[in-house]
Amino acid sequence: MKSLIKEFSKGITVLNPTFGLVLGLCPTLAVSTSLFNALGMGVAATFVLVFSNLIISALRNFIPARIRLPAYIVIIATFVTLCELMIKAYLPGLSVSLGIFIPLIVVNCIIMARAEAFASKNPILPSIFDGLGMGFGFTLGISIIAFIRELLGTASIAGFSLLKSKELILVMSLAPGALLTMGLLIALSRLIGITKR
Amino acid sequence: MKINLLVNTSPHLHKKESVSRIMWMVVFSLIPAGIAGVYIFGLGALQAIILGIAAAVVTEIVLQLATKKKITVFDGSAVLTGLLLAYNLPPNVPFWLPIIGSVFSIAIGKQIFGGLGQNIFNPALVGRVFLMASWPKYMTTFSKPLNYDAITSATPLAILNEGGVLENISYLDLFLGNRGGCIGEVCILALIIGAVFLLIRGYISWHIPVSYIATTGLFVYLFGAKVFFTGDWLFHLLSGGLILGAFFMATDYVTSPLTAKGQIVFGIGCGLLTAVIRLWGGYPEGVSYAILIMNAATPIIDRYTKPRIYGS
Repeated sequence: MKSLIKEFSKGITVLNPTFGLVLGLCPTLAVSTSLFNALGMGVAATFVLVFSNLIISALRNFIPARIRLPAYIVIIATFVTLCELMIKAYLPGLSVSLGIFIPLIVVNCIIMARAEAFASKNPILPSIFDGLGMGFGFTLGISIIAFIRELLGTASIAGFSLLKSKELILVMSLAPGALLTMGLLIALSRLIGITKR
Repeated sequence: MKINLLVNTSPHLHKKESVSRIMWMVVFSLIPAGIAGVYIFGLGALQAIILGIAAAVVTEIVLQLATKKKITVFDGSAVLTGLLLAYNLPPNVPFWLPIIGSVFSIAIGKQIFGGLGQNIFNPALVGRVFLMASWPKYMTTFSKPLNYDAITSATPLAILNEGGVLENISYLDLFLGNRGGCIGEVCILALIIGAVFLLIRGYISWHIPVSYIATTGLFVYLFGAKVFFTGDWLFHLLSGGLILGAFFMATDYVTSPLTAKGQIVFGIGCGLLTAVIRLWGGYPEGVSYAILIMNAATPIIDRYTKPRIYGS
């Protein structure tokens, strides 16, 4: 049990996908304009991570090493498609605002990295916890970035406007704001020792 | 507080100069342009300059106290950053704009990298670009020169960028600063006085400014009009922030290459980018972006222009 908790917590701290491994930057930069989008993206990626880790770990002795990457992509794409259809059916608003970035979870490098580095070498239960931890860490990372960007760029939190003023830091809603926020947060997380230097 | 930094490749010669003395001399050389800017645009310009400098100095002190570093505010680099940032703002901006710009310049542009000598990008330009991306409305509203009633007018480059025709503006107007523009960039005469002082005293070398300005001029002359070799190069040299940028911002010791060869490459790169942005880009003016992009290329330029070791 202790080791399972370790597998879970490492994804939030030392190997945090956003601040430690610095993986999955494409959705992190693109979707972190609002907290709602970021949470949606985080939950979707976590779902895919957990189930792809589960299946890849279960099949790790059957997948031939030379074609393992195509096999992983087929498994990941299955769950992404499931996830995309569910979001379209139950959260059409989120589906519109996330757009292409939901199908793009297929090539999210966090999921590929965990399949290659962890799930293909470890039993099912640790792989599930690894997926959960990584997904949670990713959700946390992207949500922190989105919270800061939304607050500074549009003075609102998860869509609720705090100020009437329009004179906000426009750049925070644009691409440079994402890079700035992420750079500063990575620096901060290394400074206080959450992630490795 | 004196730090003696080496800003050149070998052979080295000892000289009684310090970083702080150089910084204060650059500040000193910028004073004529500031006086001209205040004369042309009124007290709004003075307010922006004072607030820009004050915010830069306070930010530097606060951050150095917070990180328990030595307070190096007397070396003049924070004053210079605040001053240059203010010179890059239109007159009559809201009072908080130069303050936010200076805070961002010093905090994100400089101290986050570890202070003077560690920054990759020119801090003042980092601040300007941040303001430009965040509050484009204020950053592109220019007041009319020699008219203190807050009437706005576009800059000559902006008029050209929107396909308009320039009327009633002579080269002499441009040279003396009788045009819309940023506080410190309009009066070319005052800028050249400061630049000549810096060149004669050897605080800056000619390589970057000359290669920068010549490249921009040549490129505009070649491609600036519908027919080759008919571009109005003199107009492009005298308008916008080219002179301010070439002499006072591209020559920043920290963010420009060390060798003469590297500096010429740097100047040519800045010149090409400036001309391309001005002629075909979305923005009317490209000096700040050109210098920032070349700042990013400086380590590569330094690597490939390393002088040969004698005898090898």
